[in-house]
Amino acid sequence: MTDRDKQKLKNQVAIIGAWIVAGLFFFPIFWLFLTSFKTELQAISDPPKLFFVPTLENYALIEERTDYFRFAWSSIVTSFGGTALAMFIAIPAAYAMAFNPTRWTKDILLWMLSTKMLPAVGVLMPIYLICQKFGLLDTKLALVIIFALINLPIIIIILFNYFREIPVEILEASRMDGASTFNEITQVVLPLAWGGIASTALLSIVLLWNEAFWSINLTSSDAGTLVSLVASFSSPEGLFWAKLSAVSTLACAPIMVFGWLTQKQLVRGLTFGAVK
Amino acid sequence: MAGVTITNVSKSYGDIQVMYDINLEISDGEFVVFVGPSGCGKSTLLRMIAGLEEITSGDISIGDRVVNEVAPSKRGVAMVFQTYALYPHMSVFNNMAFGLKQAKTPKQEIDKRVRAAAEVLHISEYLDRTPRALSGGQRQRVAIGRAIVREPDVFLFDEPLSNLDAALRVQTRLEIARLHNRLGSTMIYVTHDQVEAMTLADKIVVLRDGRIEQVGTPIELYENPANTFVAQFIGSPKMNFFGSDDLTDTSQESFKNIDGEKIIGIRPEHLQACEDDKSMIKGKLELIEQLGEYALVHLIAESGNEFIVKMPQPPKAAKGETLNFSTQDNLVHYFDHGSGARSV
Ligand SMILES: Nc1ncnc2c1ncn2[C@@H]1O[C@H](COP(=O)(O)OP(=O)(O)O)[C@@H](O)[C@H]1O
Ligand SMILES: [Mg+2]
Repeated sequence: MTDRDKQKLKNQVAIIGAWIVAGLFFFPIFWLFLTSFKTELQAISDPPKLFFVPTLENYALIEERTDYFRFAWSSIVTSFGGTALAMFIAIPAAYAMAFNPTRWTKDILLWMLSTKMLPAVGVLMPIYLICQKFGLLDTKLALVIIFALINLPIIIIILFNYFREIPVEILEASRMDGASTFNEITQVVLPLAWGGIASTALLSIVLLWNEAFWSINLTSSDAGTLVSLVASFSSPEGLFWAKLSAVSTLACAPIMVFGWLTQKQLVRGLTFGAVK
Repeated sequence: MAGVTITNVSKSYGDIQVMYDINLEISDGEFVVFVGPSGCGKSTLLRMIAGLEEITSGDISIGDRVVNEVAPSKRGVAMVFQTYALYPHMSVFNNMAFGLKQAKTPKQEIDKRVRAAAEVLHISEYLDRTPRALSGGQRQRVAIGRAIVREPDVFLFDEPLSNLDAALRVQTRLEIARLHNRLGSTMIYVTHDQVEAMTLADKIVVLRDGRIEQVGTPIELYENPANTFVAQFIGSPKMNFFGSDDLTDTSQESFKNIDGEKIIGIRPEHLQACEDDKSMIKGKLELIEQLGEYALVHLIAESGNEFIVKMPQPPKAAKGETLNFSTQDNLVHYFDHGSGARSV
């Protein structure tokens, strides 16, 4: 076997390996999708059924029992709104830290990240009470604010890394040209970091769409998101796997389509600006 | 139009001091070059004039206004960066127009000035391109154009040629000199290259470790270097230094001042081959660099000291052979052995 053949073989093995791993990751989603077309009895049959006569009765039931579009609208408003609010705060913050660093900048970033390490349930009580006092329980506004806050650290850190790739001389040149800080950000920094900002925003939207803890705990009927809708379908008794699968499929579908359409940008965001 | 006055300026980054008590007078319309080895503080000084770096203590005035607290764009200065620092997402036109737009200059005026500058710099046909689609030399012109359109009193250049290849460097150097003649503005130019300094400057400021070593016209620095550092930095190849033990005959008129406390400097172009009886310095031939127009002859003196002689013709001698050299009295420089300062 020549070296080139060996290399080819290695590549093929690697490709097959990658497909297997991808398959393993994808399988639960596939099974979820499949189960959503089964009857409740088929869903728990042992051995599991791969072939069956599909039924739409689960979807029909969901349509009957709930208002899917209201939940979907709530998910859209809170994930996009939370991201927009977070961006509004994160862009100036990341700008300040990237271009006017002090010797505490690194520590501040680390401290911000460390807030993500605390279990959210630790602050459930105070936040619940604050929302209650301000009449924000079960409102989209409360979720938008909390979503913005929980994603803020990670967004600032990603933007910080993107901004640091901009040569500081370019900003100095704009300062010599008389650009105000606002113009410097809007006319120089944002256009140059546009790809990074877009992918960071996409990532944030996906994360917020799937956020469960706060949306389940702070909302009920009015501002409930798709995730909380899913949760409401798991009941302590009776058979619910097929219905749960159907509602989960409905909850995942929009964001999966969204992710698929924007995958190029998303991958860039996830590699933290390693790709210029 | 304005000169620049720097009075008792020091600069520290935290506890680390990088500039010490700089005093300098730059007249209106003068072309001043800051030169010195890497890390000596040239850029820091320039950036303090630009307003990009805070002044730790002392004052900088442009015209008759102290500008310590004035924003960069309000100082009447424009800067050309080593990395060009063009706005990558804007067309060449918009790169040049950016500053004027910030100043809310009328559109027609912007258009007129940008086109005029582009004409001068031969970049008119690239106005719609982005910097990405330009060569290094063209980008440099755009960077210069961006400075010109703002019609500053003082131009600041930070090693503007160091990213260009050798041929383009010579050409652009000439164009900067022409630009200075035409505009008559004050220009401050930073470089580590003494050839650029010698060819461009009305006045050279030699810096070392955050201090000014000497200020003078190119010819003053060449003929009367204040110390061994300046002597070695200005001129190529570097000035040769000799101790008294290198000299064949210290009784000669040229060397009447020499003693153990002094070192002697003689430029490579000021040594001539001569007969044995007139010899001032002997050296063993080590290597000849033939450059066509002249030859650089590398020799080793008896003490082991290496020196170079620039000769119109390479000597017809074999490696290891001893050659004799002499010079004229007025071309010999004396320096204090300890401090390196010029003596006599
Ligand atoms: N932001 C900074 N923080 C600390 N030291 C700096 C900073 N910028 C420059 N220096 C130091 O100041 C000195 C002068 O730097 P610089 O002006 O860039 O030198 P040059 O342009 O002559 O090569 C160097 O020793 C450099 O390490
Ligand atoms: Mg420098």
